[in-house]
Amino acid sequence: MSELVVQGVGGGLAEVARRRYLLQLLVRKELRVRYRASLLGLGWSYVKPAVTFAVYFVGLGLVLRQNSIDDYAVYLFGGLVVVTAFSEALGNATRSVVANGELVRKVFLPRELFPVASVCVAGVHLLPQLLVLVVGALVAGWRPDLVGLLALLACVVLTGLLATGLGLLLSAVDVLFRDVENVVDLVLTVLVWTSPVLYPTHLVERLLGAGSWTFALYQHNPLTVAVDLVHRATWAGASPANLGRVPGDLAARTAIAFVVAAALVVLGQAVFRRLSGRFAQEL
Amino acid sequence: MAGRVAVSVEGASKHFRLRHTHSLKEGLVWAVQGRPRHEDFHALAPLDLEVREGESVALLGRNGSGKSTLLKLVAGVMAPDTGRVRVRGRLAGLLEVGAGFHPDLTGRENVHLNASILGMGPATIRARFEEIVAFADIGPFLDTQVRFYSSGMFLRLAFSVAVHTEPDVFLVDEVLAVGDEAFRDKCLTRIEQLSAEGRTLVVVSHDLPLVERLCGRGVVLDAGRVVHDGPVVPAVERLRAVL
Repeated sequence: MSELVVQGVGGGLAEVARRRYLLQLLVRKELRVRYRASLLGLGWSYVKPAVTFAVYFVGLGLVLRQNSIDDYAVYLFGGLVVVTAFSEALGNATRSVVANGELVRKVFLPRELFPVASVCVAGVHLLPQLLVLVVGALVAGWRPDLVGLLALLACVVLTGLLATGLGLLLSAVDVLFRDVENVVDLVLTVLVWTSPVLYPTHLVERLLGAGSWTFALYQHNPLTVAVDLVHRATWAGASPANLGRVPGDLAARTAIAFVVAAALVVLGQAVFRRLSGRFAQEL
Repeated sequence: MAGRVAVSVEGASKHFRLRHTHSLKEGLVWAVQGRPRHEDFHALAPLDLEVREGESVALLGRNGSGKSTLLKLVAGVMAPDTGRVRVRGRLAGLLEVGAGFHPDLTGRENVHLNASILGMGPATIRARFEEIVAFADIGPFLDTQVRFYSSGMFLRLAFSVAVHTEPDVFLVDEVLAVGDEAFRDKCLTRIEQLSAEGRTLVVVSHDLPLVERLCGRGVVLDAGRVVHDGPVVPAVERLRAVL
């Protein structure tokens, strides 16, 4: 036994890393609770994206003829997997502190655990989908290449960092203003359109103008970078012509996106720590 | 008194802002009407308190006198507005038995989850698991979802986890009304044992005979101030006089 220590000052994300076992239990609890009394269980994490994919594939691919994209199925599914995982992670992370209010008011534990656990749960759901994506890309003709695999890894890490940073920030603010949940839901429904998931990038370029700042903004949206990365990883190798159609400057944009994501984590952590002293009395 | 300081409260105060509305519309209407949108409520006046290692202290007082707020400050669940609150060693708070229990998990899963929430590592949990389950005495229900437990079984399991975390400082808030007579006695014996091992105990309870049994020192709070601090029997008498 050592010093007198001020209680309730969490070590932030470092503390979360130290309490991995608790994190693991929280993630398992979340999965168990989500699929209680459910026949399909984790199977739902296949069904939901399959249906979303089918709707877009039939609607956009077959009815509206997005012929300009070869291997549209791989293109579409890759983008959807990323955006879905991000949406799930951020949506649940935003609600996580409020949802665990009971615990927050009664026991002190690093509250960062809750949004981080939400992101991890989304990660668990992401894994089987990535597997389907990889199998699909292999069937379409992709032969795994080193750059592609690195791009896939970068895509997953980038998406996770983004969701963690924004999740910390928004879950803390959500305790004070529950409006945040609604705003996040609204923004999440738009996300699938603000990155090249359903359509090719050059259509946006034509609309906004090649050198315009709006197009630059579109291209530097970190989630757009994540989608481009997943395309580079799988879709680019499916047909010989695809590689040349991956939007340019991907390496530079990836670097910038990682800087932005890291900054968001730092900002999210700072805001979370600042507000977490008020959690117990606001919930 | 011997022993180092285990819990140190220096000039800690806490006030709550009771917000009547979060809504923009109501806020605007109320502002025009000149109606206050919030009220300030002082739960704790700047307060000093020191608890030595191995002491068992009862926080006494009427409802709303600030006992639970003080305990929450010590537990670190809330931060004081002024002053500081420090604790030496590992702390476990029984601010509510079973906070962190989830009805959809089995008893076994809840033991792991809750013990981990209270700060135990995986190896310690595995080592104490049998002991925890034996103490709770819930028989064949260990692998049943907690939602199917009787309230007594639920409390026994939750309490058992908490008393087996073996903290240096143990906070207990009005949770000793658990289970039947026999189990209650077992709990008290266990707490007395913890205390005898030299652990520090801070108890909030309205059950005065129980407080007299468990604690050596009584601190009476009224309106967020310490009005009496000394051996428990006179403190309880003082409280009875106030009530």
